[in-house]
Amino acid sequence: MAEVDKDKLYQFLLRMGDNTLILGHRVSEWCGHSPVLEEDIALANTALDLIGQTQMWLGYAGEVQGEGKSADDLAFLRDAWDFRNVLLVELPNGDFGRTMMRQFLYDAWSSIMLGHLQKSTDERIAAIAAKASKEAAYHVERSSGTVVGLGDGTEESHNRMQAALDYLWPYVGEMFASDEIDLAMAAAGIAPDPANLRDEYDALVGRVLDEATLAIPAGNYVHKGGRDGRMHTEHLGHLLCEMQWLQRAYPGCEW
Amino acid sequence: MYAQMVKTASNRVKTREEMSPEEQHFQDKIDNDVKIEPKDWMPEDYRRTLIRQIGQHAHSEVVGQLPEGNWITRAPTLERKAILLAKVQDEAGHGLYLYSAAETLGVSRDELIELLHEGKMKYSSIFNYPTLNWADIGAVGWLVDGAAIINQVALQRTSYGPYSRAMIRICKEESFHARQGYSAIMKMAFGTPEQKKMAQDAVNRLWFPALMMFGPSDKDSVHSEQSMAWKIKVKTNDELRQQFVDQTVPQIDYLGLERPDPTIKWNEERGHYDFAMPDWDEFFNVIKGNGPCNADRMENRRKAWEDGAWVREGLLEHARKKAARKVAAE
Repeated sequence: MAEVDKDKLYQFLLRMGDNTLILGHRVSEWCGHSPVLEEDIALANTALDLIGQTQMWLGYAGEVQGEGKSADDLAFLRDAWDFRNVLLVELPNGDFGRTMMRQFLYDAWSSIMLGHLQKSTDERIAAIAAKASKEAAYHVERSSGTVVGLGDGTEESHNRMQAALDYLWPYVGEMFASDEIDLAMAAAGIAPDPANLRDEYDALVGRVLDEATLAIPAGNYVHKGGRDGRMHTEHLGHLLCEMQWLQRAYPGCEW
Repeated sequence: MYAQMVKTASNRVKTREEMSPEEQHFQDKIDNDVKIEPKDWMPEDYRRTLIRQIGQHAHSEVVGQLPEGNWITRAPTLERKAILLAKVQDEAGHGLYLYSAAETLGVSRDELIELLHEGKMKYSSIFNYPTLNWADIGAVGWLVDGAAIINQVALQRTSYGPYSRAMIRICKEESFHARQGYSAIMKMAFGTPEQKKMAQDAVNRLWFPALMMFGPSDKDSVHSEQSMAWKIKVKTNDELRQQFVDQTVPQIDYLGLERPDPTIKWNEERGHYDFAMPDWDEFFNVIKGNGPCNADRMENRRKAWEDGAWVREGLLEHARKKAARKVAAE
């Protein structure tokens, strides 16, 4: 592996782990409330995979940071400004349609990203990606199936899915916005430059949305600020309140 | 478990002389431990009793997601969150097997869900109690799944084949849950004073509701006799409850927690612990809908079902369109 700035590698790993942590949390909010029992099972399963991936990404992030922090320390004891997830994953669930559309838009990115990361020059990252990409392949198959089913379903389900896509689409671009951290990762062969994944993503997403009879909204405004921590949404703070409450209220306990 | 007040359609067991030849043949199979299978002849009351029992059991698994789901977003570590998610996912899976077992008796899952939402079918009283602190999650796994296992191990020998097979599969997962629950509450009981306080609070609140899971005392359980004769039930409520108490009291002592019932005492002569019965008035109130969480649990379930109607309809419509396109292409 080429020499790489430790702090940049740490930031990259936080981006990966915070995405899965926050999305896993959001998906887990559905537990017991989904439209049909099979979906309760599938959503819990997706959340479980994402939390498992979080343990690997944040575990490695803690090692790279070198301050003796565990994955749990990073998940439960950082404040919102230190989170590096894309805004897309912290948005509230909305209805089932919006949750599944968000899942699909994320899964499509994640399945492509993890495919590339399996070739990382960093062996740990390649190993995490090898494990996670099996899960991501299944996730994208499932979420794209649901998006197609509901998009090309009844008039109501179609309208709801189109509304979900309209709401979420401006958050997609952040997954492909490169900065100096991405460029350093790409130069060291650790991770691809996200900008270079866009064509592959557009092909996959375009094919599924086409089958779902849904139209990508016009307009190319992109909401950003999560990956670099410059500006999260208001929603993240509330999510962290709930997620971190026990660790904050009773510090230093073993659970 | 999870099916503690199942009414059989008749309160009295027929004598052999009163039975038709079909009924005699059916009873012979049961007496010889031959499983009854979906296509076999069965008395209508047997079928209806089983639908009620398996349906109640399935509903309990589904409603049971809610008190545990209440803590998923507040689980204190990633590992605890993963364990809890996996557990709740298992419960939903149990709901699926059980609805499938009920379907073999000629009732659909949607019909059963409708009966639940109309208040015409019940689920276990235990899920009408709240989970108020993190130790409750350990206590639910340990006490509630522990009580469920005692019931369900007995039900592995139940006379109806699909129900018996579902129980065998479910028991494997439940015993894993009970062990995980106990390990979670051990962390709390052996942790800081605040954690120990949470553990004690959880045990104090959940002990009597756990005892209620076995149903009323045998002397008040008017429907047990027929269910026992049909081997839908294989042990009495009181036998199962005693087994639970005997197994659980030493575990409470090991945790260094106070016993939630000060009258618990080893009875040398019986070879069992003596203990106080739960407040049966409270139990019947919870069954009637007056438990601390009944209204919220049902509102949550109905809301999930109603809010999800467009999803179910959308997916069905898509399946119809796809099938029509396939036909058109051929």
